[in-house]
Amino acid sequence: MGTVVSFDVPFSARRDGSLDEAIRWLHWVDLVFSPYRPDSDVSLLARAEVDVDGCVPEMAEVLTACAFVSDLSGGYFTAAPGGQFDPSGYVKGWAVERAAALLSRAGSADHLVNGGGDVQCAGGRGAGGPWRVGIADPLRPGRLALVVSATDCAVATSGTAERGPHILDPHTGQPASGLASITIVGPSLALADACATAAFAMGPARARDWTESLEGYAAFAITDAGDTWQTPGFGRHISPA
Amino acid sequence: MRRTILAVTATVAGLVALLSFKTHSSERTVATPQPSATLPPGEREITGNVANTAYGPVQVQVVVATSKIVRVNILEQPSSTTRDVQIGQFAFPKLVTETLSAQSARIDSVSGATYTSGGYIKSLQSALDNGA
Repeated sequence: MGTVVSFDVPFSARRDGSLDEAIRWLHWVDLVFSPYRPDSDVSLLARAEVDVDGCVPEMAEVLTACAFVSDLSGGYFTAAPGGQFDPSGYVKGWAVERAAALLSRAGSADHLVNGGGDVQCAGGRGAGGPWRVGIADPLRPGRLALVVSATDCAVATSGTAERGPHILDPHTGQPASGLASITIVGPSLALADACATAAFAMGPARARDWTESLEGYAAFAITDAGDTWQTPGFGRHISPA
Repeated sequence: MRRTILAVTATVAGLVALLSFKTHSSERTVATPQPSATLPPGEREITGNVANTAYGPVQVQVVVATSKIVRVNILEQPSSTTRDVQIGQFAFPKLVTETLSAQSARIDSVSGATYTSGGYIKSLQSALDNGA
């Protein structure tokens, strides 16, 4: 899927093989779910050369989850952006969340996995308290907008900054506008990431109402004009500078 | 500082580049490192290998002082299209920020828009390997 995943793990994860297992999982997800590989299950399914039953069992799980977020967001999240089947908007967060879960299952209490700017963490930074996750400022490259204090949660950000407007409003087919970036914090990276994509497609006004309605998840947004807003639950995640 | 270069190396060793970019032609493979200016006492430069990516070659150099990365210089980056240059202007500062913050006691990670810069990671890894 063309992204970079970084791990912050205790040394035990290198000794017990769980880091290797998490890395193997991510490569497997890339083989099966990349829309850029013509022989991936996603590509075969997009070309209707197989049906869901002919894919890995995880495909059905991903499709069910995509349908759930699509319903939840009034169609602003879609597994077929631009009309072509491509569940990457869900798969990346899901894969990183699962990689973090593999580390937890092996007994790690404190780790952080960052997949292309979307973070799932467990525990904290050892004796140093919670993880401190900076939110990149999309309008000032290299600078942080704020810092989130994260314990056992996910931080996902959708924005246009690197590759230009790439999130389409599924209802118009046009690039979404109005937001420079939106960050969602909550328990699951799979959901936080997909919801951030949906909220970005909604634009500022609708996104604000919608993210306020999401139980257990909080949002922070930066508009194209540089204004910011946050949902009532977001304040408790902000770390003192 | 809580983290030493050992911890940074351990973190970077866990970086995975999932590279399945679309084909993107680039002929430049020869690195042209910039001449180094005189370094302050205690600092040393370690140059990474050229990493060839689908978008073109990437090469980075780290400046280390007392077992800590203090700067990252981008020696080579994809520049065959205007788009590559625009992306580089955004992506590399963010990657450098993340590299430096990875060893900061104050910031552990950065959340932001997706980047596709496997070459940066590869070249950075080789710089750390060369310096070990």
